[in-house]
Amino acid sequence: MRRLLLATLIALLTATVIEASALEPLEADQPAVPATRLDELVLAALQAQGLQPAAPCSDAVFLRRVYLDMIGTLPTLREVQGFLADQRADKRAALIENLFQREEFADYWSLKWCDLLRVKSEFPINLWPNAVQAYHRWVRDALDQNMPYDQFARALLTSSGSNFRVPTVNFYRAVQDRKPPGLAAAVTLTFMGTRLDRWPPDQQAQLAVFFSRVAYKKTGEWKEEIVYCDPTAAEPLAVTFPDGTTARIPPDQDPRVVFTDWLLAPNNQWFARAITNRVWSWFLGRGIIHEPDDIRSDNPPSNPELLAYLQKELVNSHYDLRHLYRLILNSRTYQQSCVPRSQDQQAEALFAYYPVRRLDAEVLFDALAYLGGYGTEYSSIIPEPYTYVPRSRRTITLADGSISSRFLEVFGRPARDTGLESERNNQITDAQKLFLLNSTDVQRRLEVSPVLRAVVAQARKDVNKAIILTYAAVLSRHPTDSELTAAQSYFTQANNPGTALQDLAWALINSKEFLYRH
Amino acid sequence: MPRFSKVRGFMGVMGTACLVATLAGAAAWGEAGGAPPARAKAVIELWLAGGPPHTDTFDPKPDAGYDYTGPLKSVIPTNVSGIQIGELLPLLAQQADKYSLIRSMTVGTDSHETAAYMMQTGHPVGDGLVWPCVGAVVGMFKGYDHGYQNPIPPYVVLTQSLGRFSPAGFLGLKYEPFVTGGDPNAERFAVEGIVAAKITDQRQRDRRDLLRALDLLGRAMPNNPRLAEMDNAESKAYELILGDAGKIFDLSQEPAEMRDKYGRNSLGQSCLVARRLVELGVPYVTINNGGWDTHKQHFEAMRRKLPELDQALAALLQDLSDRKLLDTTIVWCRGEFGRTPKVYWEQPWNGGRGHYGRCFSVLVAGGGFQGGRVVGASDARGENVVERPVKVQDLIGSIYELLGIDPNSPLPNPKGLEVQVAPPMETGPGKGRLSEIM
Repeated sequence: MRRLLLATLIALLTATVIEASALEPLEADQPAVPATRLDELVLAALQAQGLQPAAPCSDAVFLRRVYLDMIGTLPTLREVQGFLADQRADKRAALIENLFQREEFADYWSLKWCDLLRVKSEFPINLWPNAVQAYHRWVRDALDQNMPYDQFARALLTSSGSNFRVPTVNFYRAVQDRKPPGLAAAVTLTFMGTRLDRWPPDQQAQLAVFFSRVAYKKTGEWKEEIVYCDPTAAEPLAVTFPDGTTARIPPDQDPRVVFTDWLLAPNNQWFARAITNRVWSWFLGRGIIHEPDDIRSDNPPSNPELLAYLQKELVNSHYDLRHLYRLILNSRTYQQSCVPRSQDQQAEALFAYYPVRRLDAEVLFDALAYLGGYGTEYSSIIPEPYTYVPRSRRTITLADGSISSRFLEVFGRPARDTGLESERNNQITDAQKLFLLNSTDVQRRLEVSPVLRAVVAQARKDVNKAIILTYAAVLSRHPTDSELTAAQSYFTQANNPGTALQDLAWALINSKEFLYRH
Repeated sequence: MPRFSKVRGFMGVMGTACLVATLAGAAAWGEAGGAPPARAKAVIELWLAGGPPHTDTFDPKPDAGYDYTGPLKSVIPTNVSGIQIGELLPLLAQQADKYSLIRSMTVGTDSHETAAYMMQTGHPVGDGLVWPCVGAVVGMFKGYDHGYQNPIPPYVVLTQSLGRFSPAGFLGLKYEPFVTGGDPNAERFAVEGIVAAKITDQRQRDRRDLLRALDLLGRAMPNNPRLAEMDNAESKAYELILGDAGKIFDLSQEPAEMRDKYGRNSLGQSCLVARRLVELGVPYVTINNGGWDTHKQHFEAMRRKLPELDQALAALLQDLSDRKLLDTTIVWCRGEFGRTPKVYWEQPWNGGRGHYGRCFSVLVAGGGFQGGRVVGASDARGENVVERPVKVQDLIGSIYELLGIDPNSPLPNPKGLEVQVAPPMETGPGKGRLSEIM
């Protein structure tokens, strides 16, 4: 009987004109923010192709999106209720400022940077645990204090000293190949967003020269290593920069510093372009140059004016990454709905909508941990020293790519072997769905969920209220009328309102809305 | 700006070079094409993590003296004349006609992570790529893109993953193994995701209906390919949850005597599950068995672990043979390396063995590998290969060949390089491909 009723409901819902009922929670009638220069540039490119941007996203969608994108964290039930009730016109901008101050902001962006910097103890990077901790802490502090990005790069590119005491020297240790060509490839990938193996061989060799004096030596301490510039060099080095200019580096000068000076010079396009393009891709799902770490002259930007504008803004702000974040997050372009109005192939490349993407493995685990009220214990399999991470720690705070769990493996956390953006694989697989649909882990979390307990306490046996609160807690929005009806009928048919509530939360956790950034 | 115009030309030349190499490789297999004819359909891999001692198992050295043998100084004859193995393996001694022993394996490193990587992928380290394990490659070549239809994924790991590196390497998520979790020796083998502890089938169906009724984003974006991926994954998952395929993990369907024969422990019952999976058509099953890194209390550990291994592996070989599956199923058993033939009697080891990658043993059986043979030899103490060194690419390349996988087949990779399944085997007399047992 119940199945029949639900089947009818499904048929009804499917038959309804898609847009009207399904779009209501996702979209807003009016944009919530003024159009900016950024939006003009995006719109101009869309119009030139005869494409339409998507509708503005609703407050609820914005809230969830900006939490996940900025701090890798679900908003709590209280935060959802507060934001949706807030009547201030500038509440979106205020929320963005508020999220910059959260400790999860530094956690989440360190996670991202440590992917690119290949921070892991074990094979094939082999930083080992002490150095991983030192390195991760330095990255996190830099992001927490909003260190200007040029200083961040200079510290990583030019440091010398012990891997325990000067954390930034680990940049040159976190590579699979420590020979000069391997180091050059890591530097160009990280800071120029380009793949050296696609360059002509003579230019690859020229770049390697800058790193030909990087040297390593062990100390008496277990796994301590000194990275330094070989002081015994007697001959000057003849070098050619990627732009074709040449120089002679005297023996007493560190060639890495000469390279870094070239890279960070105000008129050098490579440096600002690479990071601007990366930041854009982190929020909008793809680079203006795509892939964001495959910049080549034969891979042009989809919207060159947009990239040039943002790049200039970054340089003029003295490499303040948060300035760039603000420009993007406060734009109408970022605050579009995920439902395209133009299905054209070009629409994605020109940012006509916000693209749906499965949650990152770590973020998804933390979201389940929040709902279930407990995390997981992580431990390393690597001896000396064993690393143990208590249950209370968020997954986005994990420093070491070698510390993992079955969940993280199944959901495709990056291996941190290459520093390529594409290492993060957010495909959805059968094994992931098996876990979400039917694991004892998810079931147990629903049974003991403090969030659901709070829902029950607030609802006081009012089924309607319980449904509305569960939606707010899990999907950060209120249900539509037809969703409310469907859920109510499930409760009516169920023998036990407790298990019905679990089943509702289970269904919402397994919904596309929960599993995808949208 | 760098002169990128050259890049294409350069890549073009690379492409041609690879094509030529591919054609040359294909020619070696005859006119039919790239892939050699398949003799094996499936593989069961028994991975003894940490490194089992070759001199206490498949390459005993009773005359090396107490400093080498420790208390395990006896050997036992097998059912093949001339082959002796360690005294703690009496049941395997009765199956020696079904397997061959490689006593001249060498990996050239004593560190776990590097040796494990090499012994699982067949590739050397340091080329900037993390290569896939054999299971992931087999999962790709024998999996869903090549006619495999079973809802049980083509690459299954019992019961835990190793965690040292990602088994699918650069092939990515799609080729990661299905890791069962749970304990096959428990009352009910709770395979994570497939066998739920408490949810009745009725409740499963009700939940599924509710989930579909509430699929708002799916209805708002009916044509989105990323969301369609999820629908696809979900319907495949439900085939396992609500269909009959998951019953393959239900060992209560096996007679009690059969379960006893394999040994009532996690390793034994894992081997039984592996046989059931292979019988069903799953092409690659890995059993990860830990606890072999015996720096201390080595001999106590061997008296505990070797009888379990002996019983499980002997039962598996006998059972596969009885079911006429051994001819088409490769079984291989090894760790990342062996252990030091000389015992560390001193403090703090007090009778332990260290890592030893220079010379150790591997057991191979079935699927086109002959039984009752020994490949290569070590010296009188088991410290050095003295005859017919076998490198990882020879071992793994031979396995690919028996499976009908062309080692020159291209593999997709994140750097867009033109790379092939396996590095070339050694060439020359007494080297390379395991011809003598194939």
